Amino acid sequence: MGIRFILMVNKQGQTRLAQYYEHLTLQERRALEAEIVRKCLARNQQQCSFVELWNYKIVYRRYVSLFFLVGVDNDENELAILEFIHLIAQTMDHHFGNVCELDIMFYLERAHFMLDEMVMNGCIVETSKTHILAPIQQMDKT
Amino acid sequence: MEQLKTIGRELAMGSQGGFGQSKEFLDLVKSIGEARSKAEEERIVLHEIETLKRRLAEPDIPKRKMKEYLIRLVYVEMLGHDASFAYIHAVKMTHDDNLVLKRTGYLAVSLFLNDDHDLIILIVNTIQKDLKSDNYLVVCTALNAVCKLINDETVPAVLPQVVELLAHQKEAVRKKAIMALHRFYQKSPSSVSHLVSNFRKRLCDNDPGVMGATLCPLFDLITIDVNTYKDLVVSFVSILKQVAERRLPKTYDYHQLPAPFIQIRLLKILAMLGSGDKQASEKMYTVVSDIFKKCDSTSNIGNAVLYECICCVSAIHLNPKLLDQAAQVISRFLKSDSHNLKYMGIDALGRLIKISPEIAEQHQLAVIDCLEDPDDTLKRKTFELLYKMTKSSNVEVIVDHMISYMISINDNHYKTYIASRCVELAEQFAPSNQWFIQTMNKVFEHAGDLVNVKVAHNLMKLIAEGFGEDDDTADSQLRSSAVESYLRIIVEPKLPSVFLQVICWVLGEYGTADGKYSASYITGKLCDVAEAYSNDETVKAYAVTAIMKIYAFEISAARKVDMLPECQSLVEELSASHSTDLQQRAYELQAVIGIDAHAIESIMPSDASCEDIEIDKNLSFLDGYVQRAIEKGAQPYISENERTGMLNINNFRNQDQPEALSHSLRFEAYELPKPLVPSRVPPAAVASSTELVPVPEPYYARETHQAASLPSVSDAGSTELKLRLDGVQKKWGRPTYSSSASLTSTSGSHKTTNGVTQVDGVSTSNSKGREAYDSRKPSVEISPEKQKLASSLFGGSSRTEKRASSGNHKVSKATEKSHVGKAAGAHSDAVAEKINSEPTPDLLDFSDSAVTSTAPSVDPFQQLEGLLDQTEATSTMNNGAAGASRTPEIMGLYADSAVSGLSSSVANRDEFNLASELSNAARTSQVGVSQLNKGPNPKDSLEKDALVRQMGVNPTSENPNLFKDLLG
Repeated sequence: MGIRFILMVNKQGQTRLAQYYEHLTLQERRALEAEIVRKCLARNQQQCSFVELWNYKIVYRRYVSLFFLVGVDNDENELAILEFIHLIAQTMDHHFGNVCELDIMFYLERAHFMLDEMVMNGCIVETSKTHILAPIQQMDKT
Repeated sequence: MEQLKTIGRELAMGSQGGFGQSKEFLDLVKSIGEARSKAEEERIVLHEIETLKRRLAEPDIPKRKMKEYLIRLVYVEMLGHDASFAYIHAVKMTHDDNLVLKRTGYLAVSLFLNDDHDLIILIVNTIQKDLKSDNYLVVCTALNAVCKLINDETVPAVLPQVVELLAHQKEAVRKKAIMALHRFYQKSPSSVSHLVSNFRKRLCDNDPGVMGATLCPLFDLITIDVNTYKDLVVSFVSILKQVAERRLPKTYDYHQLPAPFIQIRLLKILAMLGSGDKQASEKMYTVVSDIFKKCDSTSNIGNAVLYECICCVSAIHLNPKLLDQAAQVISRFLKSDSHNLKYMGIDALGRLIKISPEIAEQHQLAVIDCLEDPDDTLKRKTFELLYKMTKSSNVEVIVDHMISYMISINDNHYKTYIASRCVELAEQFAPSNQWFIQTMNKVFEHAGDLVNVKVAHNLMKLIAEGFGEDDDTADSQLRSSAVESYLRIIVEPKLPSVFLQVICWVLGEYGTADGKYSASYITGKLCDVAEAYSNDETVKAYAVTAIMKIYAFEISAARKVDMLPECQSLVEELSASHSTDLQQRAYELQAVIGIDAHAIESIMPSDASCEDIEIDKNLSFLDGYVQRAIEKGAQPYISENERTGMLNINNFRNQDQPEALSHSLRFEAYELPKPLVPSRVPPAAVASSTELVPVPEPYYARETHQAASLPSVSDAGSTELKLRLDGVQKKWGRPTYSSSASLTSTSGSHKTTNGVTQVDGVSTSNSKGREAYDSRKPSVEISPEKQKLASSLFGGSSRTEKRASSGNHKVSKATEKSHVGKAAGAHSDAVAEKINSEPTPDLLDFSDSAVTSTAPSVDPFQQLEGLLDQTEATSTMNNGAAGASRTPEIMGLYADSAVSGLSSSVANRDEFNLASELSNAARTSQVGVSQLNKGPNPKDSLEKDALVRQMGVNPTSENPNLFKDLLG
């Protein structure tokens, strides 16, 4: 399975994007997100970018005001996921041009479309920015 | 002010704000973005739900508008509220012909619904249609939906089309079709078992994207069945070689590394294929070794690939050269200043240690560093490593550290985990029983009810059995020390139930055994326990039985028994208890006290918990009694076989069911009312109730069964029998006899009801309890040498120092020495790390805005006015405005570090920013300046800047944009 969820949370702990690759009820999501915010956001930058939480391992990266958090299985390569987060950020940056929290908020569906190109069934399927963005650009033309 | 804001927004709307969305949407996003608390966000969302309900009820909603509503609904659910009232609109939107609308519809549906939702069936048809579309983008969209929405029942509806699409001319479609098939495999492997060959085929796809995606299903398939895919080793190796040699298009490069994510997946696959297979492994050596050499060790991604290489090396058949390369990388990881790399290093070390234990030795220092690190993640990873390298020589140090850590945390999930690890290690490697008991005591005291009950039974068993050899003095010493430690611990408040059970049992068995403590002292303590934990029936049961044993031993030792008054009142209270189990124990206690020493000797022998209980199946001890009865004219006993015709209730239960049924009508008339109750139980239930009793002797089972269900039966024989059985049951906790059924069930239910509060209690009382416990530990003296070690290892913080003193005083001489040697190194390392860590330049801009903490003393309103003046008409002025508003924020940053805790009108300022920014945006468009920035949307970079700020995200460097650092 690999990736179980991708979250974007700002530093006030408010969810900005949530994509789950397994089914969780609304209550479970709320509880999970609250716990993640409690655990991850308080960490300082010297500490590991990995946190074990329940049966997840959370790999996170902070971009100014926005945390990108990815929940993975225990046998996933944490460092690679950390870089995958950066790839997501780069891809969004490429698309929006200097992406900011607000871009993701205003274009939530586009952000999701990008993730849909990159991750399917919890697996990383595409890592080429050109390939990821091509369908979205095509869509804009129509 | 308000007016200005409104005007700004209106202007922004007029020009579409560059976002093409309605004012309502902008307002929603803005207000969510500005919400400063969860409560405020909650209020906004609840209001939004009302608005949306109203809007969706309107007739003829334009499609564009509907799309926006859907996004707003996504927000509603994302922020934790139910949007089910509008799911159907999302479903409808998937039918739309417009691609953007369709895709948004699918997105909303997949975010809202799980694949077993009732509405999914309405989409299957649409998906089928879309999979046939001429527009490959529509097909892609549908395949994405397939991956999220199709469940095992609907697989057949789309399977043929998906298989067809595997050969589609567009690589994007092929890739997604592979993933759809992968999804089917995940959902119901049998539905696609005949199609797995497609994965092999697609591995050779011309497009690297398709090939890369195919690795995902293959990975899953190989995980389950390695042997079927051994033939692919050559292919995987050759692909990996090509990737490493940069044969893939440049676009797959990440940080100058060729397709690292594909490399990692291939290495994972090779690790599985090469595991325990020398032949396959040999084919991999060259390519893995090449990657070791080629990988850039300065970038994260390079290290991620290197880490995967180590995992692969540790999994496949051993190769000394690769092992050497792996060891080098590990040593670099561990020496790194980055906690992330240390973490990976510790993990990698744990993998390599299995095949090459000596590797750990050169990294001892680094491991100790990580163990003492305040970062929980690193610490836990290190415990994981220690767990793997535990031997009988180091078990004491390791378990000590684990326990100290266990005490320090509140996370029950991990506490349970580490407690079980401690127990496992202690059971496996304990150097002495003494140590084992002490360790278990600590585990119980601090993790208590999180520990498996079996562990408690093992502990009791160990104390009872002693060393298992003939060394009686050692055994009794062990017990004495156990008793002594328990008498110390017993006064602690809020001990966990399981631990109390152990304590009560041990005190009952051995409390007076060495003559050090008087019976009244021990029983007094036991009464205190029963009183203090009056909600816990299991503990009370253990306590009262322990009291009974103490008195029994006293009587058999021919000492006079004076029942304590509190003991008496306890027994009285329990005799009237609602719990039949407690009642029975209380009556038993009273009965035992009343009988003579000789009888007691045979029913309650001291220290006999390990003796096998011999059961006299013939009940020969009753012979005399029976004989007398017959002489007095009683009917002789007729054996079961002889009296099948005149069944009684007892017999009934042992008959085969059909037979029993055939007689059921008859015996009812002969029986007394009391035993009739079980006879009404349907045969199946009866059978199952006897099944609970694994004792083969039918008579025996019956006897005890009755005794348990009818506690008022109090003839001498059955009481005696019961007493013994209780003892057995409590000692080993196995449900050997039927009487145990009632006991276990009460304890079980008790746990579920009391579990929560008790656990809470434990965690809060922990620190207190431990301090007291520690302080009473004998002779904890720390030599100056050790103190030095502790301070250098733990950096002098009071919290860790304490851990050091309690953790290290047990370190054996040998390790002590090495510690001291390390200490100096550790110290200098720590210093070096401190120096290094501060100016470390990071890829990311973590330096944070002042929003949450402080803000400069600049009047936002004045600033706004200044801004408005400046940015009259031209876009260049906008530039200036951005600059102007940036300055105070940079100031804010400095103020942040200097005067922390200064509070000011943060919210105000942000609001102001927003207003001015919106007006900025508006003005830009009015003037018609179209300064294009990169990206597909014609957006002014200043507008961007403005939006960034309005979200409360304050730029901190030359480039005001958020992601400046990302692209370097």
